[in-house]
Amino acid sequence: MKSIADIKAIKEKMQSEIIMRDNKDSDEIRVVVGMATCGISAGARPVYNTLVDEVLKRNLTNVKISRTGCLGMCKLEPIVEVYAPNQEKVTYCHVNPEKAVNIVVNHLVNGNVCTDYLVGTEE
Amino acid sequence: MRELSLNVLDIAENSFKAKAKTVEVSIIQSGNVLTISIKDDGVGMDEEFLKRVVDPFTTTRTTRKVGMGIPLFKMVAEQSGGTFDITSEVGVGTTVTATFMIDNVDRPPLGDIADTIVSMIGNLGDSELIFNFQAFGESFTLDTNEVKRELENIPINTPEILVFLRDMINENIKTNCRGVSL
Ligand SMILES: Nc1ncnc2c1ncn2[C@@H]1O[C@H](COP(=O)(O)OP(=O)(O)OP(=O)(O)O)[C@@H](O)[C@H]1O
Ligand code: FES
Ligand SMILES: [Mg+2]
Repeated sequence: MKSIADIKAIKEKMQSEIIMRDNKDSDEIRVVVGMATCGISAGARPVYNTLVDEVLKRNLTNVKISRTGCLGMCKLEPIVEVYAPNQEKVTYCHVNPEKAVNIVVNHLVNGNVCTDYLVGTEE
Repeated sequence: MRELSLNVLDIAENSFKAKAKTVEVSIIQSGNVLTISIKDDGVGMDEEFLKRVVDPFTTTRTTRKVGMGIPLFKMVAEQSGGTFDITSEVGVGTTVTATFMIDNVDRPPLGDIADTIVSMIGNLGDSELIFNFQAFGESFTLDTNEVKRELENIPINTPEILVFLRDMINENIKTNCRGVSL
């Protein structure tokens, strides 16, 4: 069974990469998931966890995923915001795990905004 | 909310917002009773405000906006034959405790508690989280102080670590529960 003791091995494996990560702050992408009561009940938690999985799977060391509270748009939850360098903030609404995967693949990896999921354009 | 673990995430969010140094989440099965408690040492609430937080509809004075998180959790507990209690003191902290009758048909399942804990660890800010899970006489504890000590310079919210912690929580809970899902 996994325990805290296993962290030592993961840490050693990661330590060299971390130094590289620190060096390229300029291309950091921030992904924020709205997790107020309404966001959570609309399905924000699996979206958050899917983002973590996908970012790890694709080894996107420049991506930081975080949570926030109320984004002021209950009806559009789950909401995911993407802050990429040299790009305006992109707000995705009604995100589910499947859409979250597409956001990682298209937007975070290839830089292409998923226009179908934007506020106003999604069906 | 379809899972109690979603309420746990929501209630714990209040504790992080209240600038708690330590948030303790415990989930304890004992016989037919499931007890969930979320305790923090954050800013706390005064008596008058606490009343309104618990019961936003019957109290008339509205000087400060109150939300739905706490009333929702209270409602689920009471609807499934359980109890709800919240105590708070300004400058000391807040404790929310809910109990549930495990065999009550109206009780939502506990659901994915590992997802909930990992979502919290994803942004602890300056807080620490202690998670304790007890079922069928076995106990599992995850303390982020301890994890951070092991990690040294590596941030606890890196995806590698979050996924590892999620797997670790899942394995331990599954073993403790002996295949029974709460
Ligand atoms: N642990 C706590 N410590 C200090 N204040 C708290 C705590 N829990 C709740 N509160 C106060 O009670 C209010 C109501 O909480 P509640 O969870 O019901 O709704 P909310 O967080 O305001 O909004 P939401 O509906 O998005 O959850 C909070 O805004 C906060 O002011
Ligand atoms: S309460 Fe729903 S987005 Fe703020
Ligand atoms: Mg709340």
